[in-house]
Amino acid sequence: MAASSVVSEPVVKAGEAAGSAAAFGTNRLLLLWSTVIGKKIVMAVTGVIMVAFVIAHMLGNLKIFAGPKEINTYSRFLREVGMPELGYGDALWIVRLVLITAVTLHIIAAVTLTRVSWQARPIGYRERKDLETSFAARWMRWGGVILAVFIVFHILHFTLGMVGFQPGQFRELHVYSNVVAGFSVWPVSAFYILAMLALFSHLDHGIWSMLQTLGWSTARNQATLRLASRLIAGVVFAGFVSVPVAVLAGWIQ
Amino acid sequence: MDIKLKIWRQSNTASPGQFKDYQVTGITPDMSFLEMLDVLNEDLTARGEAPVAFEHDCREGICGSCGFLVNGLAHGGRHGTTVCQLSMRFFKDGDSLALEPWRAKAFPVLRDLIVDRSAFDRIIQAGGFISANTGSAPEANSILVPKASAETAFDAAACIGCGACVAACPNASAMLFTAAKLTHLNSLPQGQPQRDQRTLNMVAAMSRELFGSCTNHGECEAVCPKQIPIEFIGNMNRDLVRATFRRRREAIVVAGTQRA
Repeated sequence: MAASSVVSEPVVKAGEAAGSAAAFGTNRLLLLWSTVIGKKIVMAVTGVIMVAFVIAHMLGNLKIFAGPKEINTYSRFLREVGMPELGYGDALWIVRLVLITAVTLHIIAAVTLTRVSWQARPIGYRERKDLETSFAARWMRWGGVILAVFIVFHILHFTLGMVGFQPGQFRELHVYSNVVAGFSVWPVSAFYILAMLALFSHLDHGIWSMLQTLGWSTARNQATLRLASRLIAGVVFAGFVSVPVAVLAGWIQ
Repeated sequence: MDIKLKIWRQSNTASPGQFKDYQVTGITPDMSFLEMLDVLNEDLTARGEAPVAFEHDCREGICGSCGFLVNGLAHGGRHGTTVCQLSMRFFKDGDSLALEPWRAKAFPVLRDLIVDRSAFDRIIQAGGFISANTGSAPEANSILVPKASAETAFDAAACIGCGACVAACPNASAMLFTAAKLTHLNSLPQGQPQRDQRTLNMVAAMSRELFGSCTNHGECEAVCPKQIPIEFIGNMNRDLVRATFRRRREAIVVAGTQRA
């Protein structure tokens, strides 16, 4: 529907506009998704999934400081977990599918809502000052774009070994040597650290934001939740960045 | 006090507008901001120029008529203050102030600093009715209202619908306004029978009026002259989830929703 052709009836009565019933059917999830708030809620819920993953991923990465045997065993464990009931790598693929779904929904909702917002103020202000918002909040959209690009690169790099390695340098399941070789290329480490800065910013606003969207943030606990959000973001950032820093500094080789 | 003004002048919705510079003299610190504009308009009228159009009614911060940006801040940016309650003592002699109308697709400029906020009226209309008896006052104890609910409803009902939340929002979103209206009725026992239907319809109306989507900047709360907290936005979101999943008896229909 073209935006300009939308005309509001002066009085709206539920049940009168049959057109929308056809659009939604009776599916409650689709009805929720069709509203701007529903998409925000989807972003919050998929955000929870991704934050949980990111924390687990960061903790797993720290195993590199325990030596090659420890982290290589861990990477094999991730593929063998659930055996013999599950096949080799099945559990990992279940997690991957959940994450791919979460990322996809998160991005679709973000793009749709961004378009709604950009269309909502066609003529901008000559001057408008911010009182309350933060750098993190203003950088959510572009930080998200940086993260999306990074995730694609990161999978091609450390998961598939298709970019960033000399031929024959990347060896499946030899995580320790792969990480050391990968991060020894300084532009790769620099991009990784930049992406982690974007992640810090995204989580700083994002973790509190999902609590706010889901209605857990109140006038009373808001300051505490914002601080907790920043702390989690900081710990995740420090955990991830410690690896390339350690490689570049020669602490692990 | 002498004040330099840069005011957005636009003769109607269709015509393009531009900023024009003005100078007002003889302003006293105890004048309100709108009284300062009255002085300017008397001067303009005497010179045969069109006075600056701005909306105002009660001039005591309770009607929600007035509002525009002063130097990039809705209502001038003083905490919990409408622009009519903004006193000139907060400014210094020789200050230059830029006045700009609310800007949103849903709020077309009618003239100068006046915008059409009937989109807000339509959101309220979409909420429908509450089934309360009218006529003589009911027995006070016939419906018991918990203290916390009464306070929450009262805080939400303080919204005067001035539009500053939309104006200050980087996304031009009307979430704070709609949340205040919904929290007002959804918190009270009298608002329960139509709660889910009201929530679905008002949220749908908000989208239909082409307001933007909230990204939790908190700018709305910062400029709200009635200090409506963004906590109410969380209430609205929860009410929408509740409304979506609890309605069983009626067909799930949201009137004329524009799909976002």
